[in-house]
Amino acid sequence: MVRQYETVFIMTPVLSDEQMKEAVSKFQTYLKDKGAEIVYEDHWGLRKMAYPIQKKSTGFYHLIEFKAEPSLIAEMELEMKRDERIIRFLTVSLDKFAVAYNEKRRKDKEMPKAEESK
Amino acid sequence: MANQQNSEIRYLAPIAVDIKKKKYCRFKKAGIKYIDYKDANFLLKFVNEQGKILPRRLTGTSLKYQRKVSRAIKRARHLALMPYVADLLK
Repeated sequence: MVRQYETVFIMTPVLSDEQMKEAVSKFQTYLKDKGAEIVYEDHWGLRKMAYPIQKKSTGFYHLIEFKAEPSLIAEMELEMKRDERIIRFLTVSLDKFAVAYNEKRRKDKEMPKAEESK
Repeated sequence: MANQQNSEIRYLAPIAVDIKKKKYCRFKKAGIKYIDYKDANFLLKFVNEQGKILPRRLTGTSLKYQRKVSRAIKRARHLALMPYVADLLK
């Protein structure tokens, strides 16, 4: 059964812009190769963390929302654990309320832009 | 006679002291079904200045949503969006 998931991961701030994009695209292609469908992506950029992780106080946050088989999650998390560039990650499965919430938020984000273009 | 005086005095004193503002669950009232762990500013309403989760008894949240709030806060902490321990958060 395909379920919708959302994963947020934090990359080390020592990466250059290109290295960071490379790490992101690695997981994008990884998910696509394993038959997952990416629904939405959001790059939060460099953010200050609430407490230091691995002696670093900032990190690049990236969010991927995707549809996948549950068995893929453990594999993907293992892959993230092995990747040294990723210092923290969290994957949550989304229930119907969460999906509705995310869709609404995306729409709200788009709306002001659409009004501006008019 | 003395009794009457007493009751008069009581009348003059502010009676409103006893009337408490009724607490309500803000999620039920606003019809919020999902609590986002990514929205740290919103979750800040449910922690004290040390970053501890406030009890239901203070916030008035219903049990169903208190569980969701605490889950969201714990997720936010894991992603360093909120602190595990803090001083003077507010």
